[in-house]
Amino acid sequence: MKHTNDVILETVTSVITFIIFLFAVHLFFAGHYTPGGGFVGGLMTSAALVLVLLAFDLKTLRTILPFDYKWITTLGLLISVLTASGALLFNVPFFTHAYDYFDLPLFGKTSLHTAMLFDLGVYLVVVGVTMTIIQTIGESD
Amino acid sequence: MSLLHLAILLPLFASLFIPIIRRSLHRIHTGWFVLAVPVSLVLFFSRFVSEVAAGGVRMEKMPWIPSLGIDFTVYVDGLSLLFALLITGIGALVVLYSIYYLDKKESLHTFYVYLLLFMTAMLGVVLSDNMIVLYLFWEMTSISSFLLIGYWYQKERSRYGAQKSMLITVFGGLAMLGGISILSLLADTFSIREVIAASGAFKDEPFYIAALVLILLGAFTKSAQFPFHIWLPDAMEAPTPVSAYLHSATMVKAGLYLVARMSPVFADTPLWFYLVSGVGMITLLYGSVSAVRQTDLKAILAYSTVSQLGLIMSLLGVGSLSSEGQQDLALAATVAAIFHLMNHATFKGSLFMMAGIIDHETGTRDIRKLGGLAQVMPVSLTIALIGTLSMAGVPPFNGFLSKEMFLTALTDLMHGGVRDLRTYGTILLVLGVVASIFTFVYSLMLVKETFFGKRNELPKKAHEAPVGMLVSPLVLVTLVVLVGLFPNALAKPFIIPAVEAVALKTPKVDIYMWHGFNLELALTILIFGLGAFLVLTLRKWNRQAGAGLFNRIYDASLVYGERSSTGLHDAVMTGYMRSYLVYIFGFIVTIVLSTLWLMDGFSLPDRASDVTAYEMILLGVMLISAVAITFARSRLTSIVLLGVVGYSVALFFVLFRAPDLALTQLVIETVSVALFLLVFYHMPDISRKEERIKFKLGNAAISILVGATVTLVALSALAGREFASISSYYIKNVYDLAGGGNMVNVILVDFRGFDTLFEISVLAIAALGIYAMIKFRKTGGNPR
Repeated sequence: MKHTNDVILETVTSVITFIIFLFAVHLFFAGHYTPGGGFVGGLMTSAALVLVLLAFDLKTLRTILPFDYKWITTLGLLISVLTASGALLFNVPFFTHAYDYFDLPLFGKTSLHTAMLFDLGVYLVVVGVTMTIIQTIGESD
Repeated sequence: MSLLHLAILLPLFASLFIPIIRRSLHRIHTGWFVLAVPVSLVLFFSRFVSEVAAGGVRMEKMPWIPSLGIDFTVYVDGLSLLFALLITGIGALVVLYSIYYLDKKESLHTFYVYLLLFMTAMLGVVLSDNMIVLYLFWEMTSISSFLLIGYWYQKERSRYGAQKSMLITVFGGLAMLGGISILSLLADTFSIREVIAASGAFKDEPFYIAALVLILLGAFTKSAQFPFHIWLPDAMEAPTPVSAYLHSATMVKAGLYLVARMSPVFADTPLWFYLVSGVGMITLLYGSVSAVRQTDLKAILAYSTVSQLGLIMSLLGVGSLSSEGQQDLALAATVAAIFHLMNHATFKGSLFMMAGIIDHETGTRDIRKLGGLAQVMPVSLTIALIGTLSMAGVPPFNGFLSKEMFLTALTDLMHGGVRDLRTYGTILLVLGVVASIFTFVYSLMLVKETFFGKRNELPKKAHEAPVGMLVSPLVLVTLVVLVGLFPNALAKPFIIPAVEAVALKTPKVDIYMWHGFNLELALTILIFGLGAFLVLTLRKWNRQAGAGLFNRIYDASLVYGERSSTGLHDAVMTGYMRSYLVYIFGFIVTIVLSTLWLMDGFSLPDRASDVTAYEMILLGVMLISAVAITFARSRLTSIVLLGVVGYSVALFFVLFRAPDLALTQLVIETVSVALFLLVFYHMPDISRKEERIKFKLGNAAISILVGATVTLVALSALAGREFASISSYYIKNVYDLAGGGNMVNVILVDFRGFDTLFEISVLAIAALGIYAMIKFRKTGGNPR
């Protein structure tokens, strides 16, 4: 990819990316109560990364986020499976979730839910998958 | 597991050691070790003779699959014992003969393994009481025969003959399995004994005739009856000991055994009588006429075997009349059948061995090249003369006696007033006499062309065979003479128990040469006279046969079968994805529409929600873009229009209040449109040319039909909704049980998280697949 002089695009990207990312994180955390969740959150996150990819190039993205996205996919799958099988340790069926309300500093009374962990797995898989596909296709030619 | 079971399986177990013996004791001909097996079996089975002659039977049971009623039951009665002694006795002689016939350089271990396998199979067929076990051994004979015919597998003719016999006998075997299944369902047992006992009860069942025909098919194919006889002449490519053993004395008689065994079940049915006697008689005539036209010694003997098997078969057919008030006639016919069966085994075995000797010592079996061997091979001449004269039915040999009994049975059938069998009996008699004349002709032709006349140049210098090779045929012809002179010696130990097993009645057996002046004598004289005349004028009227009509039909049907299936395959399997899609969609439409039609399944829903203006507008947009896609000139247009449809769907999700779906649909649609554009960008120039989708009437029709089908089904499904949705449970419990507010998400990660787990696995697989496809291409497996 030839590098062109897109000052405006690059500047706007460096601002917008964080907003998109924040929105994605919001979607992810809001998922249990309002529309959103791991899937859309993951897609939004990759949208932010794709924007970086479009404005700069592959190499830049690599220096900012030196991940191998295949490993992220793996990590996501691992988290999901472990979350689901964690239930077995407590002698309840596979995939039984548990939740409770905690008084956390800073957040106050908050519910913590193992479904969130599972959703985190989904989130990571979606990010990993989309980025793997886009990077792979981008690098080929 | 009794001694009897062990006796049946002894050859099989012995065959396991043959390769070891062959390897470690290669100085001694392997056949000497094999010889011990049939000899010990002959001794073993002889022990039963007196017991069975006294009317006793022996039954031993060994459970095999008791839950299915399949047991390895061995049953020894007169018929089984007769066959068992034939199999082991002639087996011993054949093994002895093969020791001198086969060179030590041949792959003897395979030969004897196959032969022993065959021996077990054959013993199993004749001694089994359970029909499934009988079928098992029956197919084992087919397979071992196939292996033996193809023994010299380097020769193309051997492979052809082996394949042909395999196809035909297995065809019949499968038919027989069908018959067995029906019989066992009718009688509710697999035991032949119990089927016979129960046979009166199911005579009127509709499938009874089917069982009869199917079992006869099995018997006819195995016993080389018309028109399934064609495999036998081609099976002559086997080594001569095999021809002598399998294709004259034992395996081809398995069909006869089956007919005799099943006679008590089916004998009352006229169809059985007509089929067995009619087919047998046609086979007798056809075989004897064809035999005259052959030039190869073994081919003559093969057709002669076919013809003699037909004779026995027709006698068994006449023998099935026993329940029709014609007991004496029927019993006499059965006696004749059993007697001729034994006689045929003796003289045909010796004749085959003689043919093998001539082949071995002169290098050819073609009677046009042979001639004048009488001086150099006097012992062989004696053997051949006795064998052929017995086959021709000349006194004082055993063939004369059984031929005489055959003619008696036919004349009695003509005179006897059973049903309206006068005409049928007359036809049978005429056919039988004509066939006998031809039998006489080829028998004498065989001796005349081989041993008399001019001496020709032969591939080898002819001389008498070694003594060892002559022993077996000499034993057999001695039997021929002895039985001819003292036939009644066989009656008590063998014939009477065997006939009792077939006809369930005790016959009077008194075989003697001189019957006084009667029709049979006149016919015999006629046969000899005409036969002698025909032999003397043989050159004037006999032409050599070509392939023969039924061989041509067989070959043509194989070719036609292969060609038409190739044609069908080529016509249907075009290799174009679009034709397969047409099949699939066509099939779906046919099945679903006909189901809707036949089950009267279509109905309109009676309740519908109100349609808002937004929905109408959105629907309009979608319709327009969908239709426009099919008419779009450029692919780019299609991609964009597809995006329009996708975003409209997202809007529909918004309208129908599905925010999660709408969000996901928007993002996914964007990604997929981007991917489409990527693909479009990378397309080769040639296919980027702008062109409209070609209109094809068939495609249009099918797509319209598929659309209509799906619409009809959807409408009917809506109308038929009978139960309340499960969703109220989710609505009620989403907060209490799952601690969440977004019901969609809670269902995805909590209530039905299992699905999600595997959906993300699908995503991961897709990503890895794309990665692998792109990175691993053209590089021979190393990532770039």
